Amino acid sequence: MASRKIIQWLAALGCNAYVPGFLKGRIYRGSFKSVCVPGLNCYSCPGAVASCPLGALQAVIGASRYSISYYAIGLMVGFGLLFGRMVCGFLCPFGLVQELLRKIPFFRAKPSARGAGFALFAKRARLVKYVLLLVFVLALPLLTKGELGVGAPAFCKYICPAGTITAGGPLLAANPPMREALGWLFALKTLIALATVLGCVAVYRFFCKFLCPLGAFYGLFNKIALYQIRIDHEKCSHCGTCAQVCQMGVDPSLGCGSAECVRCKDCVKACPASALSAGFRDESHCKNSPLTKTP
Amino acid sequence: MKHSTSAWRLKAIRLLLFAVSVIFILAGWHRGEIRTVLIKATRICLECIGIG
Repeated sequence: MASRKIIQWLAALGCNAYVPGFLKGRIYRGSFKSVCVPGLNCYSCPGAVASCPLGALQAVIGASRYSISYYAIGLMVGFGLLFGRMVCGFLCPFGLVQELLRKIPFFRAKPSARGAGFALFAKRARLVKYVLLLVFVLALPLLTKGELGVGAPAFCKYICPAGTITAGGPLLAANPPMREALGWLFALKTLIALATVLGCVAVYRFFCKFLCPLGAFYGLFNKIALYQIRIDHEKCSHCGTCAQVCQMGVDPSLGCGSAECVRCKDCVKACPASALSAGFRDESHCKNSPLTKTP
Repeated sequence: MKHSTSAWRLKAIRLLLFAVSVIFILAGWHRGEIRTVLIKATRICLECIGIG
């Protein structure tokens, strides 16, 4: 098994290590839940031992005492600075779920078979995750505050398929009284979750590409994060292999700081000239530093 | 010369963001945000699972 897969499984199991939660249909209530994990992992998942940064951010913004969460933003900036979207590729439990869904052998057309029209649509649709970050994560919890001064965590409430699948599914299965309270909101969230599952079967990391506000945030750090994929332009023969194997639609030969790159390292392994490398090594002194423009 | 400027700029941005991260986390802790997160996370989030 590739080392990335091992890290993904360890991260997913580590974030959801509260086994009694799954058995008894309840959630972990220890003080470690005040800490956020880097990836998208609903804190109402029965196994969750820590908090989701997006959930924490919305919870604080929507609380009556606050209008911004310095804590959640500080943590997210720290994770972004260290890892960038390596979080998506290595540490996010829902990223692993999406990769497992992609193994289901239906609708598996290769990106090259979809044509230029789909590529253009996909390029534009990737902006949706930034809209979700601005509107549903940052704005609506603040703007929907009622008389009690409490705003709804809009992304969790109306969209997040990770919450519906990993928290709603197990909790509703284990708690029959909860099922009696289901209504239109659950129907809406179930539809979104089903669409996401189908999307993930058809398109590699559908949710990461188009919908994840956390990935959108970490993507802003890809050029400056300590973990980098670097290209040696002297070795690169511009054969295009790296762009062909990239399932996120990135062309690493044009620069490795793309906000869409989840650092899966498929390009590093595929490069026939060994021109690509990845790691935490500080190469800010070298000519291939992430902010240096490609020739 | 161009490369050394770029490297200096990258280090400066990283240092600035590291400082922002630490200061924000401490500010959040000082304002009691961690308790708000803990309270929210230790109760079943009805919005997250689609009950409302």
